[in-house]
Amino acid sequence: MILPISISLDVNGERIDTQVLPRLNLADFLREQLQLTGTHIGCEHGVCGACTVRVNGEIVRSCLMLAVQVHGTSVQTIEGLSDSGEVADLQAAFRDRNALQCGYCTPGMLMAAQDLLMQEASPDRERIREHLSGNYCRCTGYQAIIDAVESTALARAGQRQ
Amino acid sequence: MKASAFSYARATSVVGALELLAGHGERAKVLSGGQSLMPAMNLRLIAPELLVDIGGIAELRDIAVRGDTLSIGALTRHVDLQRSPEIAEHAPLLSDAITHVAHPAIRNRGTVGGSLAHADPASELPACMIALEGSIVIQGPEGERRVPAADFFKGICETDLSAQELLVAVELPVARANSTHFFDEFARRHGDYAIVGMAAQARMHAGMFTHLRVAFFAIGDRPVLSEAAQRLVDVPVTHAVLDHALAALGDELDPPEDQQASASMRRHLAKVLMARAVSALLGRPHPNAGVSA
Repeated sequence: MILPISISLDVNGERIDTQVLPRLNLADFLREQLQLTGTHIGCEHGVCGACTVRVNGEIVRSCLMLAVQVHGTSVQTIEGLSDSGEVADLQAAFRDRNALQCGYCTPGMLMAAQDLLMQEASPDRERIREHLSGNYCRCTGYQAIIDAVESTALARAGQRQ
Repeated sequence: MKASAFSYARATSVVGALELLAGHGERAKVLSGGQSLMPAMNLRLIAPELLVDIGGIAELRDIAVRGDTLSIGALTRHVDLQRSPEIAEHAPLLSDAITHVAHPAIRNRGTVGGSLAHADPASELPACMIALEGSIVIQGPEGERRVPAADFFKGICETDLSAQELLVAVELPVARANSTHFFDEFARRHGDYAIVGMAAQARMHAGMFTHLRVAFFAIGDRPVLSEAAQRLVDVPVTHAVLDHALAALGDELDPPEDQQASASMRRHLAKVLMARAVSALLGRPHPNAGVSA
């Protein structure tokens, strides 16, 4: 008999105290227990990047983390980044540049792109490609996504001056 | 897919982890960063009854220099290696290699100890540890032991570790003043598993190699230390010397064939990497670097 384990964590600024079975991964926990369905599940083995979320400020694959492992951490999902306005300009750039079609990869792309833009003020296209290399998109061919991230970086750099 | 059901135990010390492993043997698996274990479990390639989570053991996190030895705790994450000034100064080969390991979101979780204990023959760090003459530090019921990295890897995801033991650290000699290194790999997509890759650590004097260790990965069931590279040591590396070494390299390798590459393609790419390494380390262009070898 495998018993549920108690976990406490912060998700998008809200405290969560609950119980989970050990086999439940973070992506399923977010989607099914918390109804945060912006985190998408693609491959379930760490290849596609659709399930990317932040744990303690760092991006991770939520399909490769167990819910029991996020006990005591702070998790941010695309809903958190979107509602706070943190990625509003990036989302607008994705829209303007047609950097999404079906939208399945978009939450993970935004997570990974924002992660890069927080670390580097002016990444060139090669750096953007490298940082997003773990996120699959089967619609756009990536050029428009690189365009959107690059233009957001330039706009943010302009605002800082 | 989803992992099948398992029990979970959080270890808070090395002693506690060893007790859990002693009680469950082969039915337990150690969970470190989980970036190789979780995919294998989600794909149902393995189905352990118990996961022993060592992620919270603070004593396994250190990067420390003691005398001529650089010690890297098993729970050091890839991103920690990438950002560490101690690693950049004392084992810069690792700083270069890490940028080839998977993707940022994976590097934020994956650990040195996890990568070495998992021993995927296509992964970067095992080959680096062999090139750097590292020792694997293991704790078990009988205490602590050290195994040279070159003897640690036994096959595809097989190592010298027993089910009752824990890999706690890796120790490396600090890089000497006249030492240099080279790392490169061929992969279909940046961050994917290599088709062929190479880690090299060298010492130079008067334009010659006085020491050269070249380890290839994704070329066999474990990382392969090239004997052929010794033909380049203590001699002026002329075109003829390099050509002989490359021919010997082709003979000593026995690469596998899979959907990524044929054996002959892997052998060819290994020679290209060797030529590029020699060219880069000696600081001169070579006609073999980049084209055919």
